Amino acid sequence: MAMPIENRHIACPDTDAKAHIFQKLQKEILALQGLHKPGESLRVNAGLGAVEAAFPDGVFPTGAMHEFISQGPEEAAATEGFMAGLLGGLMQQGGFCLWVGSPLFPPALTRFGIAPEKILFVTTTRPKEILWAVEEGLRCAGLTAVVGRLQELSFTAARRLQLAVEQSRVTGFIHRCRPRSENTIACVARWRIKPLPARTEDALPGVGHPRWTVQLLRARNGKPGAWQLEWAEGRFHVLPPAATAPEVRIRKIG
Amino acid sequence: MHTRYAAIWFPYLIADRMARRRPELYGKPFVLAAPEQGRMKVTAVSAAARAEGIAPGRVVADCRAILPELRVFDDRPEQAGKLLYALAEWGLRYTPVAAVDPPDGLLLDISGCPHLWGGEQLYLEALTGELEGYGYHVRAAIADTMATAWAVSRYGQQRATIVPPDEQAAALHPLPPAALRLEPATRERLEKLGFYRIGRFIHLPRPALRRRFGEALLRRMDLALGHTPGVIRPIEPAAPHTERLPCLESIRTATGIEIALQRLLEALHRRLEREGKGLRSGIFKGHRVDGQIRQIAVATTRPSRNVAHLFKLFALQISRLEPDLGFELFTLEAPVVEALPPGQETLWEMSSHRDSAIAELLDRIAGKIGPQAIRRYLPDEHYWPERSYKVAASLQEQPAAAWPDHRRPLHLLPRPERIRVAAPIPDYPPMLFVYKGKIHKVSKADGPERIEQEWWIETGQQRDYYIVEDETGGRYWLFRSGHYDQQKPEWFLHGFFA
Repeated sequence: MAMPIENRHIACPDTDAKAHIFQKLQKEILALQGLHKPGESLRVNAGLGAVEAAFPDGVFPTGAMHEFISQGPEEAAATEGFMAGLLGGLMQQGGFCLWVGSPLFPPALTRFGIAPEKILFVTTTRPKEILWAVEEGLRCAGLTAVVGRLQELSFTAARRLQLAVEQSRVTGFIHRCRPRSENTIACVARWRIKPLPARTEDALPGVGHPRWTVQLLRARNGKPGAWQLEWAEGRFHVLPPAATAPEVRIRKIG
Repeated sequence: MHTRYAAIWFPYLIADRMARRRPELYGKPFVLAAPEQGRMKVTAVSAAARAEGIAPGRVVADCRAILPELRVFDDRPEQAGKLLYALAEWGLRYTPVAAVDPPDGLLLDISGCPHLWGGEQLYLEALTGELEGYGYHVRAAIADTMATAWAVSRYGQQRATIVPPDEQAAALHPLPPAALRLEPATRERLEKLGFYRIGRFIHLPRPALRRRFGEALLRRMDLALGHTPGVIRPIEPAAPHTERLPCLESIRTATGIEIALQRLLEALHRRLEREGKGLRSGIFKGHRVDGQIRQIAVATTRPSRNVAHLFKLFALQISRLEPDLGFELFTLEAPVVEALPPGQETLWEMSSHRDSAIAELLDRIAGKIGPQAIRRYLPDEHYWPERSYKVAASLQEQPAAAWPDHRRPLHLLPRPERIRVAAPIPDYPPMLFVYKGKIHKVSKADGPERIEQEWWIETGQQRDYYIVEDETGGRYWLFRSGHYDQQKPEWFLHGFFA
């Protein structure tokens, strides 16, 4: 580490200077741990707000691996909706995304700010091939992001992916559907997204904007937490906790 | 050695090909026609139509008057050229020098070939017999000069004629002047003066002929008699892109195979670079000592002659080659090549390094998992959900239309799954539905969105789609197939919303 020596013997008791030194050291430690602050172009500008604050430096880590766990098809759809929102933020500068595993319905992606023709789908069901394709994609610096949907992932395999990411600075999302065991893998964050009943304005009939409970179960050097998010008007909205009050059930059909 | 030429004439070339494609037309009178000056004019006739007195150049309406049951088809003018070229390529099995003779003939330089078939008679019989076997009407002639062979094949008495060496003049004597391929004006003047046979004027003094009929007639006569040599312009079929590497000793190790592959790729690279081509698909074959052949194949998403990249593609599969006792010969074929402007490899680095990195990644994936696994989707202008997108052909293809802005589920089931529902009244969303044994109580719903079947593609029931949300927040795309009529409509679950 290229830390200037005089910093260790600094005599000034000024708290500002101390805080500055701490911040600097923190950053250097993060860099050593393989976490780089993303450039401005790779920020996810999608209104994550309070969610971003849970990460070190208050920035959603790009150029790293994120893990998503889901149970059941409803949760899987919600998880991939959240991912699509993140990808839409990442892909604003152009570039391609590789989507490995079972594909999405392309016309749905426009709602999440993604041009569907910018996503390259690799459709295969064999876990070995999915893993291989994800790793190859993560090694390819020309891609913006790689998404892999699979069931099981061992720590060793995840470590390989993380090493590939550190070289190429590609953002990787691993979506584990119905894993048999939620074993720890080498990722900067573990997420769990669950669908939340949507709400329309003034309790009008109809299905509103998609809403999710976003749980950050694990974050390297960050603070785990849970939020309620809504995707509307092309960006995330973090809902105030009051919005979670139980809904009065009225049949609003027709 | 005598030079000998064969001329082949297909009197009903286009019509014969049509009958070959559609066997029910065989032996029937039909014509092909194309619009000319606001009328449909006959461009080609079948043998049966010809027998009824219908000739090319007549108006279709007149022909219909002659023969009411006459069938008329549209003619595509470029078709004859292509067909003739293909026939000339076929002719290469009889002689190395074959040429097309538009509009409906072939010319072959057969010098030194007929003895392989046991003489000219057998040679000509084999040639015409095979063509007739394909269903073509054929007339053919062999002579010392191209012009004589042409004349005899068109105007001779027999189907196949052999003019003995140095007897062109005798063969030409009974033929009409048109057999010399004269200008219509010259031909008319000859006929006006009573020269209905070539033999009547061929011995006349040359100055007199030149004065009366022009230089062209003398030139034609010289060509036919062999006083001046004719020029044949043979077709040049493209040589296949193949490289061979024989080995002194049999190769059994992966390293040895890699070295062989590297050498073959470098040889192919030199040739492709010279021609400005890039490889789209390649086959690497190893011929084993025991006579068996083992091969691996690759395909690229865009033309490439980058040795390192192609090597990487093949290297993924080298382990599939079983050397057994060893390989004694390696070949590398490129069945599909496409134009790739020179210097592209260096340009890649500067302009679209990103795209080429992705293209090479996709090649690797295609090599490992299979090309059908990679998909990129573009909008297709259909409302029917399963048809609302199509697969893009390349990485560069851009959408021709905008993506529709309807609310659609992120996960669409490959085929709709049947559900049981409890719906209160017709045209209302269900109150609850049972999917895979689980009861979902519907709390919110949007719809219906009616999507009709595109009857010009497929017939069937229309669908009324509802977006529904159950009490736990799961969002689904349901549809009812068909109307509420006498029979109970069926309900399906078709997708999951985020």
